[in-house]
Amino acid sequence: MDSSPEIHLIVNGVPHTLPALPGEMLADLLRERLGLTGVKIGCNECECGACTVIVDGLPVLSCNYPSQRADGKSVLTIEGLAGLMKSQDGQPHLHPLQEAFVLHGAVQCGFCIPGQIMTAYGLLLQNDNPDSDAIRHALKDTLCRCAGYPTIERAIQAAALAMRTGQAVQAPSLPQSARPRNEVGRHHIRPEAVAKVTGDALYSDDITFPGLLHGRAKRAMHPHARLKRLDVEKARALPGVAAVLTAADIPGDHNHGLVIPDWPTLVGIGERIRYVGDSVALVAAETREIATAALELIEADYEDLPPITSAVQARQPETEAIHPNGNLLKHIKVRKGDMEAGFARAEVVLEHTFHTQITDHAFMEPECSVAHLSSDERMEIYVGSQIPYSDRAQVARALCWDEEKVRIVGMLIGGGFGGKEDITGQIHAALLCRATGRPVKVLYDRHESLLVHPKRHATQIRVKVGALRDGQLTAVETELYGDTGAYASLGEKVMTRATTHSSGPYEVEHVRADCYAMYTNNPPAGAFRGFGVLQSAFAVESIMDMLAAELKMDPVELRRRNALRVGSVTNTGQKLTESVGLLECIDKVDAEMRRLGGPEPFKPVSVPEAPHLLRVWGFAAAYKNTGLGGGAPDKAGAEVEVYPNGMAEVRTSSAELGQGLVTVLQLVAAEELGMPAEQVRVLLSDTDLTPDGGPTTASRQTYVTGNAARGAAKALCEAMTAYIAEKYDLPPDQIRFVEGLAQLPGGLKAIPVGQVAAEMSADGRPPRALFEYWAPATKPLGQGGDMHFAYSFAAQAAQIEVNTLTGEVKVLRMLAANDVGSAINPLGLQGQVEGGIMMGIGNALTEHFIVDNGRVVTDRLSRYRVPGIALTPEITSFIVEHPTAEGPFGAKGVGEVVLIPTSPAITNAIFNATGVRVDRLPVDQELILREMGRFA
Amino acid sequence: MNTWTHYHLAKTVDDALQALSSTQGETRLVSGGTDLLLDIQQGRMPAPELLVDLTGVEEMRCLELRGAELFIGAAVPLSRVAESPLVAEHARALTEAAGLIGGPQVRNVATLGGNVGHALPAADGTISLLAMGAQAEVAAPEGRRRVDLAALFAGPGQSNLDRRREVLVGFYLAARQPNEGSAFARVMRPQGVALPILNMGIWLRREGSRVVDVRVAVGPGGPRPHRSAAAETCLCAGEFTPERVELACKALLEDTRFRTSPQRATAAYRNHLSGVLMKDIIQRAWVRAAGQA
Ligand SMILES: Cc1cc2nc3c(=O)[nH]c(=O)nc-3n(C[C@H](O)[C@H](O)[C@H](O)COP(=O)(O)OP(=O)(O)OC[C@H]3O[C@@H](n4cnc5c(N)ncnc54)[C@H](O)[C@@H]3O)c2cc1C
Ligand code: FES
Ligand code: FES
Repeated sequence: MDSSPEIHLIVNGVPHTLPALPGEMLADLLRERLGLTGVKIGCNECECGACTVIVDGLPVLSCNYPSQRADGKSVLTIEGLAGLMKSQDGQPHLHPLQEAFVLHGAVQCGFCIPGQIMTAYGLLLQNDNPDSDAIRHALKDTLCRCAGYPTIERAIQAAALAMRTGQAVQAPSLPQSARPRNEVGRHHIRPEAVAKVTGDALYSDDITFPGLLHGRAKRAMHPHARLKRLDVEKARALPGVAAVLTAADIPGDHNHGLVIPDWPTLVGIGERIRYVGDSVALVAAETREIATAALELIEADYEDLPPITSAVQARQPETEAIHPNGNLLKHIKVRKGDMEAGFARAEVVLEHTFHTQITDHAFMEPECSVAHLSSDERMEIYVGSQIPYSDRAQVARALCWDEEKVRIVGMLIGGGFGGKEDITGQIHAALLCRATGRPVKVLYDRHESLLVHPKRHATQIRVKVGALRDGQLTAVETELYGDTGAYASLGEKVMTRATTHSSGPYEVEHVRADCYAMYTNNPPAGAFRGFGVLQSAFAVESIMDMLAAELKMDPVELRRRNALRVGSVTNTGQKLTESVGLLECIDKVDAEMRRLGGPEPFKPVSVPEAPHLLRVWGFAAAYKNTGLGGGAPDKAGAEVEVYPNGMAEVRTSSAELGQGLVTVLQLVAAEELGMPAEQVRVLLSDTDLTPDGGPTTASRQTYVTGNAARGAAKALCEAMTAYIAEKYDLPPDQIRFVEGLAQLPGGLKAIPVGQVAAEMSADGRPPRALFEYWAPATKPLGQGGDMHFAYSFAAQAAQIEVNTLTGEVKVLRMLAANDVGSAINPLGLQGQVEGGIMMGIGNALTEHFIVDNGRVVTDRLSRYRVPGIALTPEITSFIVEHPTAEGPFGAKGVGEVVLIPTSPAITNAIFNATGVRVDRLPVDQELILREMGRFA
Repeated sequence: MNTWTHYHLAKTVDDALQALSSTQGETRLVSGGTDLLLDIQQGRMPAPELLVDLTGVEEMRCLELRGAELFIGAAVPLSRVAESPLVAEHARALTEAAGLIGGPQVRNVATLGGNVGHALPAADGTISLLAMGAQAEVAAPEGRRRVDLAALFAGPGQSNLDRRREVLVGFYLAARQPNEGSAFARVMRPQGVALPILNMGIWLRREGSRVVDVRVAVGPGGPRPHRSAAAETCLCAGEFTPERVELACKALLEDTRFRTSPQRATAAYRNHLSGVLMKDIIQRAWVRAAGQA
C-alpha cells in the first residue's frame, strides 16, 4: 500500500536509502536513524520551531513532517551547515550565522539554537538583507525561552552583512563593566557556544546506550482520588515490555521531596492521589511506542474525592486535609514596628487585593533522565538537573542504596528557570533500570512536562498601605495565600521570599505580613525564577502607583522617597550596610524615560494616524535576595586543577541553565590564576568528579559558587607559589602569575604554569586545590539581623500601546537598570536582562496555566503561550554596579531581579492609558475594554 | 499506536482516489498535516491505516489565472498563497488571511485544502475564501464537480466531503474587476490557542457611492463558517456612509450568533469586536475597489 518501501533522500549532501517505517516523522529519522541530534524536539506539536530543518530550500518543522514525504528531497540540518562553508584548506568552517550567534551571545541554554539558525538560514536564502520586520516575521514561531530575541536579531543581521560583503562577522559593541579587569568584566563568548551552534551539544535525550529501554509513567489524571485497584497484567504481557512496576516494587523510601518528603514516587493501592500528574505505575519497553501502548493497558480504578482548587479554599476548616499535618504547609510571618501606630500616623490608607496566576517554566528542553548500571553495578543517571547532589540523595533513598553507589552525571540543560530542581524522571528511570538491568530513558513529552513538574505559585495578595501626604510610607500590611499545589517542593521557601519582599524595596517603619502557603489539588508549585517575589512585587508595585495617584504625586518620586538605601532597615530588621544601588537604578531609568517620553511620560498620547492607539509609560522597582538566606547554610565547593598542557579546569556541581555560569566561573578562575580565559575550562555537575556546588537557585551561583571557584584558584596559586619558592629558593611574595606564566623575580625566566603543574605532579604534589566557600551566615526570619547576605535592585519602565477598540496591549519599549554589584560577564548579563524582560512580558500578557477543577487545561504548548520574537520590545539596559564586599569581584545575583518589575511596569502603564487597574494576571484584554465602558 | 501504518505519496488526483479505495481500513488524506497529524498524535482522531499524501500532486500545486478565474490548487502551500502577486491582485482578503496562519514553517507545508477540509468555523483561510465567493473543485471516482464553498461544511470540524472517496482539487475565484475589493482581519488573544477570537473577510463591488454587491464572512459565527446575509443586504441598501456601516454592524448581529467560549471571549466582546472589524475591513475593501467599473 505504501507508494514506496524505501525513502531516498539527501541529508547534508549525503544520499541515503532507508526502509520506510510506519508513523515515522522526519525528526525521528534524522535523530534516531542518522544520529543527527542537533535536530531538537521541544514540543512535537508544531509550536516551538526547535525541530526546524531545511527541505528543498524551505524551513519546515521536522517533528510533524512524515519521513516518507522527504523521499526524493534534500534535507539540511544544523550539522550540515558548517559543511557548506568549506574554505581553501577544505576544512568545514562555521557558517556566518553560527559564528554570529556565538559572537553576539545569542546562545544561552542552546536548546532552541539549531532551530533558530536553520529558520534564519531559510530567511537568508530568500532575503540577503533582512530588516528587523523581516526577521521577526520569519522567526515568529521559533521560540527561545532564554529569550535573547534582540540578540538573535542582531546576530542574524551581522551574519547577513558578513555574507553580503564577504567580510568577517562583526562582533557586537556592548557596554562592559565600568571596572573591567584582565578577564572579569569583559566580553567573552561562552566556552560551550560553538558546540551549541553546530548541533554537537548533547542534552539528555541525545544520548543512548546499547539495549536502551524506554520508560514511561502512568499518570492518574484524577486531581483528587483514592487509588482503588490497579491491574498491570495486560501491560506486562504486551510483547516488548520489559518491566511494569508499581509502588510495591520500590525497595526504599516511597516518597521524595526537596525539603519535605511528601511526594510519592508511585501512589500505592489505597493511597491518595493528590494531583493529575501523580504516577501509579511505570513501564519499560523496547520502544517508546510499546511503552505508550502498555500504559493504555494498565487498568486503574479510582474513588474520586472533591478537589481542593485554591489556597483560600484549602484553609477553610471544613476542607478535607490532603496531607497528614493538614493543608497548611506554613504560616509565614513578618513583624516590624507597631501596625496600629503606623496606620494611625497615616494620612492616606489604601487597600487592594491582587491575584497572580500559575505559570509554567516552559523551558524548551522537556525533562529527560537516562539511567544506566555501570560495570561495577553503580547507578549512573544522566540528567540535566539543577541540584545534582539532591538527585543523588533522593535516588539513593528510593533504591535503598548508599549514596556512593549513585552517580549523577549532569548533561547540558535546555533551560531550567527553577523547574529542574525537583525530581522528575530520575527515580523512575533508576527503578526501571534496577528492575531490568538495562539502561532506561525516561523522556517527558511536552504534554507530560506541562502536567507534571512544579509551577509558579498562584498567589492572592491583599496589600494595605498607609502614607503621609508627602509620600512617606508609614505602614504596609500584607496577607498572602500561596497555592503550593499537591506537594511541598520548595513552597515554603518560595512563599517566604514572597512574604518578606511583600512591602517592596522600601523602608517602612511598621510592617506586618502573613502568608499561608497551602496544599491544594493543583499541580505542585515550586521554584521559578523570581521565586515568589514576582508575585508580591506585582501587588506592591501596583499599589505604589495607586498611592501616587491618590497623593497626586509622581510615582517615581514616591518610590525615591521610600527607596531602600545604605543605612535602611528592611522589613525583616536587616540593616543594609553596602551595595544598595536602587536609587541609581530608579534615576537611570527615570532619566531615560523622560528623555524619550517627555516631562509627562505617564500621560497617554494617541498615535496621530491611529487615534484609537494610546501610548504611555509605566514604572516599577524591585529587589531580590541573592543566596538562600534565612539561616540556611549556603556553601559551595569547587576544585581547580592545572594540567601540564597549560590548561586549568574548574570543577563544581552547579548547573549551567543557559544563564552563563560556565563563563562566570571561567573568568573568575582565570582572573585569579592570572591566565587567559581560553586556558580555563569548566566541568560541572558530575557527583563523582565535581564537589557539591549546592542548588542552582536563588540567584546564588555567581556569588556563592563564583567565590568557591575564586577561593580554589587562589589556593592553587598559593600552592604553586609555595612550590616554586621552595624549589627555586625565591621569596614567595615576588612570584606572580600573569598570562599563564609564573613571573619570577631577579630577571629569571618566567615558567609556564603547565610546566609548574608538570613539575609539581612529578614531585607528588598534585597541582590542584579544593575550596569550600561558606557564604556569610544569615538569620532565620523573625530573628532580625541579616536575613540575606546581599540583595540586587532594579527599576524598569515600560512604554506600551493600548488599542482602545479591541483592548489589545503591546509593549513597545522597556528600560531596565539592574544593580548587579559588578558585571563579571557582560554578554551573559545582557542575555539575562533580555530574557528576564521577555519572561516578565509573558507573565503579564501571555502566560496563563489554566487548571479547571484540578484538571490541566493548558496541557499543550499550543494552549500555553510563551512570548515569541514578535512580542519583543526595544530593550535598553543600564548596568548599575554597587559592589558587595564579599561577592566575587563585587558581584551579586542577577538572574531573577531582571524580570520582577516588568509585569507591574506594564500594568501600571495600562492604568495610565485607560484608567483600568489590572489586579489579576495575566492581563485580560476583554476586561480592559469592558471596564473602559466600551461594551456592556 | 503508530500515527499511521501505510503512507502513499499520490502522484495524481486519480492516483489519490485509487489509493483511497484500496483498503477497507481507515484512510485519511493529508496535505500539510498541521491539523490532521496533530489530531492523530494527540488522540483526537484514531490512527489511520493509510495516509494519502497530496502534496506531490502537480495539478493541486498549481496557482494560475484560468480565463476569468483564479485557480488555487488545494495543495499549494500557504506561504505561496501569501506571497503570490496573483492572489494579491485578485483576492487581497486571502493574501491577508494566508499570511496570518501559523508561522513561516507551518505555512511552508499547510494548505488551503487542509484549512477547508478541517471545517472549523473560524479558520482564517476558510473565512477569506468564503468572502471571496470561492467555488471548490471536488474529485470523486465518478468525476469532477464544482460546489460553492459553503456547501462543504456540515458542522464544527465536520466536512460534507466523503473522505473515503472525495478529494478537494482546488478553488476557483472570480478574477477581480477594478471596482471590486476585499480585505480580511482578525483579533487574537495573547493567551491560549492560536485560533482567532474573531475573524472577518469582506469582498465588495462598488458603483459610484454605493456598494452594489458584497459578501461578509465571519468566524466563529455559528457551527459552520458563516456569512451574514443581513449585513450584506444592509450594506447594499443605500449610499455607502459611516451611518450605513453602523447599521450593517447592527444587522450582522441579527443573523450571527456569537458564543461565549470560556477563557477566550464572551459573546458580548465578540459582538463588540465584530463592529470594530467590520468598520476597519469594509473601509479597506472600499478603498481597494476604487478603480472604475
Ligand atoms: C502552530 C499552528 C498555527 C496555526 N495557526 C492557524 C491560524 O492562525 N489560522 C488557521 O486558520 N489555522 C491555523 N492552524 C491550523 C492549520 O495549520 C491550518 O488549518 C492549515 O491550513 C491546515 O492545512 P494542512 O494542509 O496542514 O491540513 P491537513 O492537516 O493536512 O488536513 C486537515 C484536514 O483536511 C483534510 N484534507 C487535507 N487536504 C485535503 C484535500 N485536498 N481534500 C480533502 N480533504 C483534505 C485532511 O484529511 C484533514 O481532515 C495552525 C496550526 C498550527 C500547527
Ligand atoms: S518540536 Fe517541532 S515545533 Fe516544537
Ligand atoms: S537559548 Fe533559546 S531556549 Fe535557551
